[in-house]
Amino acid sequence: MTGTTGLLRLVLRRDRIIMPLWVLLFGVLPYVYVSGFDTLFGTVQERIHYAQISAANAGFVGLYGPLHGDSLGELTVWRGGFLPVMIGLAALLTVIRHTRADEEAGRTELVRAGVVGRFAPLAAAVLATVLACLVIGVLVAVTLIGHGLPAGGSVALGASYAVSGWLFAGVGAVAAQLGDSGRGARAIAVLVLGVSYVLRMGGDISALGGGRLDWMSWLSPIGWIHRVFPFGADDWWPMVPAVVGTSATVGVAAYLLTRRDLGGGLLAGRLGPARAAGSLRSPIALAWRLHRGLLIGWTAGFAALGLVFGGVSTSVAQIAADSSAMSRIFSQLGGSDSIMDAYFASIAQTCALIISCYAVQAALRIRDEEQSGHAEAMLSTDVSRWAWSASHLLFALLGPAVALLAEGVVAGLVHGDPGPVVASSLAQLPAVWVLAGVTTLLIGVAPKLAAAAWAVVAAALLILMVGPLLEVDQWVLDLSPFTHVPHLPGASFTVVPLLVLTLIAAALGGAGLIALRRRDVPV
Amino acid sequence: MADAIDVEGLIKRFGAVTALDGLDLRVATGEVHGFLGPNGAGKTTTIRVLLGLMRADGGTARLLGGDPWADATALHRRLAYVPGDVTFWPSLTGGEVIDLLGRLRGGVDRKRRDDLVERFELDPRKKGRAYSKGNRQKVALVAALASDVELLILDEPTSGLDPLMEEVFREVILEEKRRGDRTVLLSSHILSEVEALCDRLTIIRAGRAVETGTLADLRHLTRTTIRAELTGPVNGLAAIAGVHDLKTEDGRVAFDVDAEALEPALKSLVEAGVRSLVSQPPSLEELFLRHYARDTEAAR
Repeated sequence: MTGTTGLLRLVLRRDRIIMPLWVLLFGVLPYVYVSGFDTLFGTVQERIHYAQISAANAGFVGLYGPLHGDSLGELTVWRGGFLPVMIGLAALLTVIRHTRADEEAGRTELVRAGVVGRFAPLAAAVLATVLACLVIGVLVAVTLIGHGLPAGGSVALGASYAVSGWLFAGVGAVAAQLGDSGRGARAIAVLVLGVSYVLRMGGDISALGGGRLDWMSWLSPIGWIHRVFPFGADDWWPMVPAVVGTSATVGVAAYLLTRRDLGGGLLAGRLGPARAAGSLRSPIALAWRLHRGLLIGWTAGFAALGLVFGGVSTSVAQIAADSSAMSRIFSQLGGSDSIMDAYFASIAQTCALIISCYAVQAALRIRDEEQSGHAEAMLSTDVSRWAWSASHLLFALLGPAVALLAEGVVAGLVHGDPGPVVASSLAQLPAVWVLAGVTTLLIGVAPKLAAAAWAVVAAALLILMVGPLLEVDQWVLDLSPFTHVPHLPGASFTVVPLLVLTLIAAALGGAGLIALRRRDVPV
Repeated sequence: MADAIDVEGLIKRFGAVTALDGLDLRVATGEVHGFLGPNGAGKTTTIRVLLGLMRADGGTARLLGGDPWADATALHRRLAYVPGDVTFWPSLTGGEVIDLLGRLRGGVDRKRRDDLVERFELDPRKKGRAYSKGNRQKVALVAALASDVELLILDEPTSGLDPLMEEVFREVILEEKRRGDRTVLLSSHILSEVEALCDRLTIIRAGRAVETGTLADLRHLTRTTIRAELTGPVNGLAAIAGVHDLKTEDGRVAFDVDAEALEPALKSLVEAGVRSLVSQPPSLEELFLRHYARDTEAAR
């Protein structure tokens, strides 16, 4: 462990901009929600009414988790239900960035040759992340108490956020030992996070309608976190498995570290073919080789999502039948089918936001190829910049279509009527394409800022999550492409916004490709 | 015959930094041309401009009779490039990379590919991430050498190779040279390599060509080291303008002399009476170090 303090400072130094950003964002979002709710509800009756509708809305429960009360604190907790996932994502990415990604780049070799213990790089990365999550917890507790919410619930919520980060820091630490590249490690860790989220989602929606799949939530670490119920039961017991789980995963990671060589993974690569297959002779063929693993993974993941969403749709129908008050509200809103429509519309929106991450990741591959020097090898052959960049962009555009189609078809088939469900999923595509277009534009015009594409995705997510609640001006909502997609299957289908979004995406992407053709490679 | 590479007054800036400051470079068709310079002198930048990866801010560059920026892909069919810092896709094997790059250039000579794989003792079944620096270098070399192209652009191709493999590389380049139908631009740090392989060379420093010509030309421009045993005392040697670092010790003299001052210096030795004489032509190392030293002096 020698040298851990020095490395800890190095981690904090390297993350001095990005880490304060996410810590601050996740730390103050609950406060933003409380203020939003405060202004939203004129009377206590309005708040209770809103809580009743939300608690029974399967789409909301899927996205944010179960809602068990109607106090301001409980509403805030429920509305911030996606934050543990985001904090977990930030935590696992941070740990992998400072362990496996460094090792892959050769930096760890240099560091470990100094007076630095075997476990020091791992310990420093985990420690920095644990501290960051702790700061989030403290921020949440302090701001909520400052707003006048009960101290017990505020502290419980802060603690639950902190441990969700810890849990996935542990997952990231183990994944960093298993994969033999930063990319591979991230794929493993994000998969664990995704599965945890989907299990919780499926279990909670099923529980809502009295279904038999509610046990799924108990398999998910995110499900445990939700069981704290701050401001309600204030149960602290889920902290026990969470803290034990964190210690256990970090321990396992440390053990695995002793079982492998520097630079090697436990899932080590094997020998491959000595000659290329006859088909590997074009930029597209190479792009398929580079993208196929990720694309197949995402498609399989989305098919699984479809299975869960379709599976619990019967529970959603059950809610309407069980509660006459609910069905009255929903029929006022737009007919007997509306509860199911609203459910599938919010599912489609959630899926679209998630698949946007794939689209951005696939488009950023252009930049990765440039930075790693692979582009130099390609572009010194008879391959134009156009063919090279377009071969990757193709996956950013068609990959989301394949994944959304898989999700829509599976969900629709399980639900019983695939047509409208598939349509609601695919209608989101043009909005996803806009994000891929923005990414391409950044790569072409401001390559050093290309990673800012993630900020654009985060902004779209933020607008979706807090925009309506804070009653921000319409123009702010309009900034997100997802605002303009018709919310099928309930809403009427209009082709114009989809066409406009597609044109915007094409313009952004085209401008990016032209700029890329005109600039130096690599920069 | 037209020159394979003809660069005049090339300028390339990166923000405030001027990487190329009026660089001239001429490589005749069919020759092996050495491209020498310390780190950061602009060798890789020049090559990237020649490959159309970067756009020059001034000057002209012609490659195989075309414009490297506008005709990039058409020209790339006729050349192969080994980057200085080679990395390949971690999930592809070395063999796959060789075949892919070869096919993208228009075709691989399969027999030659297998022959080169064997001579460089490369295991083509390993994945990209499992190769050491030297082995990645071999992959890039085999991919380039097995392609049927007119021009090879090699950016420090032997960095990371062990001495045995360096020897293989020299043999292969000498074979190319004997066949005489390929032009090679060889950027290098290894002076003995350039000395052994190149017909002509260009030394660059801070983005400018400081010397260019055949090795003999360049030697002519520089100092010869002379050691002599004399029968009598020598007079006037120190007064000759081109004589440097003169040392006299009981009948023995040693000095460096510029090419122009060689004749008067030898005359004064002969007048003193010569018992034995050793003359040493300047090595490329000295040539290089002289420019390099000037560089560091300038930096001070």
